[in-house]
Amino acid sequence: MKSLKNLMSTAIDFGCRSLTQLAELPETHQLLRQTCRDYADRELMPIAAKLDKEHVFPAKQIHELGAMGVMAMEVPEELGGAGMDYLAYSLAMEEISRGCASTGVVVSVNNSLYIGPILKFGTVEQKKQWIAPFTTGEKVGCFALSEPGNGSDAGAASTLARQEGDQWVLNGTKAWITNSWDASATVVFATTDKKLKHKGISAFLVPMPHPGLSLGKKEDKLGIRASSTANIILEDCRIPLENMLGPRGAGFRIAMQTLDSGRIGIAAQALGIAQAALDCAADYAHKRTAFGAPIGKLQAIQFKLADMAVAVESARLLTWKAAILKDSNKPFIKEAAMAKLAASEAATFCSHQAIQVLGGMGYVTDMPAERHYRDARITEIYEGTSEIQRLVIAGQLLKEYQS
Amino acid sequence: MHSNRYCNRIIVLPFSVLLEIRVKPDNSGVVTDGVKHSMNPFCEIAVEEAVKLKEKKLIKEVVAVSCGPQQSQETIRTALAMGADRGIHVEVAGKDYETLGPLQVSKIMAALAKKEDAQLIILGKQAIDDDCNQTGQMTAALLDWPQGTFASEVSLDGDKVKVVREIDGGLETIKISTPAVLTADLRLNTPRYATLPNIMKAKKKKIANVKPADLGVDLTSRLEVLKVEEPPQRQAGVKVETVEDLVGKLKETGRI
Repeated sequence: MKSLKNLMSTAIDFGCRSLTQLAELPETHQLLRQTCRDYADRELMPIAAKLDKEHVFPAKQIHELGAMGVMAMEVPEELGGAGMDYLAYSLAMEEISRGCASTGVVVSVNNSLYIGPILKFGTVEQKKQWIAPFTTGEKVGCFALSEPGNGSDAGAASTLARQEGDQWVLNGTKAWITNSWDASATVVFATTDKKLKHKGISAFLVPMPHPGLSLGKKEDKLGIRASSTANIILEDCRIPLENMLGPRGAGFRIAMQTLDSGRIGIAAQALGIAQAALDCAADYAHKRTAFGAPIGKLQAIQFKLADMAVAVESARLLTWKAAILKDSNKPFIKEAAMAKLAASEAATFCSHQAIQVLGGMGYVTDMPAERHYRDARITEIYEGTSEIQRLVIAGQLLKEYQS
Repeated sequence: MHSNRYCNRIIVLPFSVLLEIRVKPDNSGVVTDGVKHSMNPFCEIAVEEAVKLKEKKLIKEVVAVSCGPQQSQETIRTALAMGADRGIHVEVAGKDYETLGPLQVSKIMAALAKKEDAQLIILGKQAIDDDCNQTGQMTAALLDWPQGTFASEVSLDGDKVKVVREIDGGLETIKISTPAVLTADLRLNTPRYATLPNIMKAKKKKIANVKPADLGVDLTSRLEVLKVEEPPQRQAGVKVETVEDLVGKLKETGRI
């Protein structure tokens, strides 16, 4: 009964953003969605295969997206951002990722994981120094939390930060850092007080390149190959005291809150990949003939396409709901985790079925289906594995039933 | 010698075209219900040129006008998001919209140009759905204004406009005085993507609603569409082995 009451009050409080009106997006959002869709169709889709094959960072496109305001969507206009809400961000992310998933992840990491925590926890000075130059697409940032020894187990950070006079000295290795080879700054999480365990982790801002910070080799990944992923190695990396982000010991909390929001962006990326796979399969179903008719006439294909459409649409609604809740300053952790879980599983499901619909053609690089399959896979892993998402959802859910 | 009054206001006329063409079952026209519209590509170029002139501070205000049903408002909003200052939606719906052609639109544009005291009208050279290429020219004639059509380069010089036109023989440069009508050709510019902050600002810009009757324009068409058909299906070609066979086949089908 308690959770039903929560649901009712949520629906009523929305006002013009009521869940019942989710069928029609506000006009600005429709225009934004169309603009991003046009950009993705004209500028990203034609080059996505090449970017993937040659592992090339889409620098020109990132600049253009920066000029449009897409690289800093939540940032207020006075800092150079677009001043838009998370629903707008989700729409933009989905359309961009539909064109090129690698470009999508670069946009997502810059928006949610790099700018996100600075926007929320940074001082006025830090925002000017570390956000403003990163809104134009000229510079991108990254987020260094995972280590070779801990991914899901984020509380066990073994990167250390010790204070020496008026500097912090960082030592340790961070792993799987997206954008690392193309970034001009990073948010790094390091332990400042080992005895306090996860309450002893703090967040730091480190420019790149910087003495004491070096990059490992670029990982040779299955998918999202146009974005760089590598280790960040810190060896007596010295930064001024004012480079600490947020209070001392708040690092874990900052990381978790950042990831909660970042989940919505990644859910949107997964939606883009899923939609691209569905588009590819549906188009093929019209054109490919077998047994004397387009294969779209066969029930086996129809059932697949229907299942794919349901998976995408339900994940999309979950993503929009999480975004709307966040924009309304309502609790959104459970919904964001649900969105990421649903969208990433939709992406892997849809891209898998798309290859099946395309048959042999789905297996070769002439068609984009194989790239969607490879790009989709990571969405179930980064920014919180599907297993972690289930733990988060269960945790939030059980809280609701506590009397 | 400098005067800011010479080029105050530009009216652009972005038209929306269907994204997908299917002939109606009764061959009376093209299906428009439920089909997505988007701004005519040449009109995007026209809007971009107008916004560029404003950014160069050569003109003060860009007004985007669109004639059509409710959906035309979306086209105006896109123009606003690209940088136009305000919009005018001339409501034409139903039967009137089906018979709305270049002559009717030109009459509307002429009336609006006088009402708004515009110095320049910029349109796309033609709409990609009907390919008429008439509205710009007719508007200029109705207003008795000079015209610079198929423009691939436009520059303002005092109260004159220098236009480089793409013609069959190459490029022709002309100088015309304002007020004038220009139509945009493909190579005039590359339209910008609306930036997100501009999309937000577009929400606050005004779109006025006007009826053709208010402008004293009679929309009756002097044309009647008799039939609309799809082009004939492409037949598969025939492969021949030798040049003699090719010549023989061409003679057979009466080509030579």
